[in-house]
Amino acid sequence: MTTPKPPVQAEVLRIAALARLVLSDAEAEAMTPELAEILAHVAKLEEVDVTGVEATAHAVGFATPLRDDVSRPGLDLERALANAPERIGDGFGVPKILE
Amino acid sequence: MSFEAVIGLEVHAQLLTRSKLFCGCATAFGASPNVHTCEVCLGMPGALPVLNREAVTLAVRAALALDCTVHERSQWARKNYFYPDLPKGYQISQFDRPLATHGHLDLEVEGSARTIDILRIHMEEDAGKNVHDDVLAGSRSYVDFNRGGVPLIEIVGAPQIRSGAEAAAYMRELRRTLRFLDVCDGNLEEGSLRCDANVSIRKVGATTLGTRTELKNINSFRFVAAAIDFEIHRQIAVVEAGDAVVQETRLWDAQAKVTRAMRSKEEAHDYRYFPDPDLPDLVLTAAAIHSARATLPELPAAKKERFVDALGLTAYDAALLTEEPELCRFFEAAVAGHKNAKGIANWILNELLREARGQPLAALKLTPESLAELVRLIDDGTISGKIAKDLFAELVTAGGAPAALVKERGLAQLVDTAGIEATVDAVLAANAGSVAAYRAGKTNILGFLVGQVMKASGGKANPKIVNEVLRRRLG
Ligand SMILES: [Zn+2]
Repeated sequence: MTTPKPPVQAEVLRIAALARLVLSDAEAEAMTPELAEILAHVAKLEEVDVTGVEATAHAVGFATPLRDDVSRPGLDLERALANAPERIGDGFGVPKILE
Repeated sequence: MSFEAVIGLEVHAQLLTRSKLFCGCATAFGASPNVHTCEVCLGMPGALPVLNREAVTLAVRAALALDCTVHERSQWARKNYFYPDLPKGYQISQFDRPLATHGHLDLEVEGSARTIDILRIHMEEDAGKNVHDDVLAGSRSYVDFNRGGVPLIEIVGAPQIRSGAEAAAYMRELRRTLRFLDVCDGNLEEGSLRCDANVSIRKVGATTLGTRTELKNINSFRFVAAAIDFEIHRQIAVVEAGDAVVQETRLWDAQAKVTRAMRSKEEAHDYRYFPDPDLPDLVLTAAAIHSARATLPELPAAKKERFVDALGLTAYDAALLTEEPELCRFFEAAVAGHKNAKGIANWILNELLREARGQPLAALKLTPESLAELVRLIDDGTISGKIAKDLFAELVTAGGAPAALVKERGLAQLVDTAGIEATVDAVLAANAGSVAAYRAGKTNILGFLVGQVMKASGGKANPKIVNEVLRRRLG
């Protein structure tokens, strides 16, 4: 069994950046041992002997259900846009996108 | 120093379904913004995806046609990144257990055969569309989610392509195959077929790959070859100047005919893929895969071969007829009605394409059945080629049954020799000068006299008999 190397603060900041979270230095510092504890906890799973057990990503034993290819009306436009941070025409307004 | 290019294409093809991949919203192109959206494709909390059976059927069909191994179990994964066109903050895709792997596409490049391996085909949902409209949005942009959640397959080709021409041939062959399968309409302008190219160069003989750039935005066949060839030359110039190629995403600028680095800075990709907890595995039985394989339609390359071997067409005509499914279906339906494949092919490739003037064949009044009937009337000598051409033009614009029209209008060919002789005599009497010239040795004037007789008969005289009678009278 391998024990994961405890994360360093730089990794915490990188993961936070990927999740678009802005952490203060104090928060990042506090979160580093917390993340280490979480990883160590999950690592306990590696103690289970899984020899001969097929890997799965789901706890349910069934295949994904399928539906027929039938189209139905979508949401009313006003309702669809009701939660938009900003409405531009009939679209969801967002910061200008550069390509 | 001599370089070679290493090119791998990733092609996204929109599957021809009525509804989206995980919800019942319509996939129709060209609707006003955000009318085809719902809780699922807008990523509202609590909404759950349910997989579209037809999308799976189409993806499997494409995979089998490209000779892939279709896996009985594949897995849905979340590809996590933040972009305004992605409402959930992740795209549902497939990652380490894709639908299909290990296929290939056979193509012809400048007359020689090439095989490009296909590494994998996976299913995924499309993102929304970012729209920038200065008048409406000013310094902002807006997102239209009609396209968000539309089913795609991504076809990942091996980096075995060596030039822009090969890349274009690969795209054309892939498009033709998907269109004959009814899997994708292949419309590059509307974005239902999209191509990204990974391009790198290396010294000839080197076995390691150079730093690659990713080309996006190649939305026409003309651009595929031009963009890739430009990029190859740009990279060679960079290396020859002693610099290093930078790994980046570049866009093809069709106006300036150059590739440009994207202005928005792309961060190093870390998509943190993980299995989607909302979607259990996609499971296909061996029997279902077997029966999908058994019901694959004949592919264009096989059709082309059969048109040459069994129907006696030239390779050139067979290639033209297997370019577009609509044209090919028209041809095959007409041949089913009358067995003269060469005659029908000639009428389609010469007359029909000209009359169609780029319109879809379905918009014409001429049906394959009436073309078959027309060619039969020519073949059995009922009508002349001249009458057939006049009739054809009318059938295209007004429709109708050729045999009935011929009968109704008395267009059948005159094969009665005595009647033709009388017309010939009248024409010779009226063209004494030409007759004298012919007898004096200007024998090429015969064509003119044939024309005059044909005209006098209203195009109905059998030209073979006219020729015989004329030669006899003049000889
Ligand atoms: Zn929807």
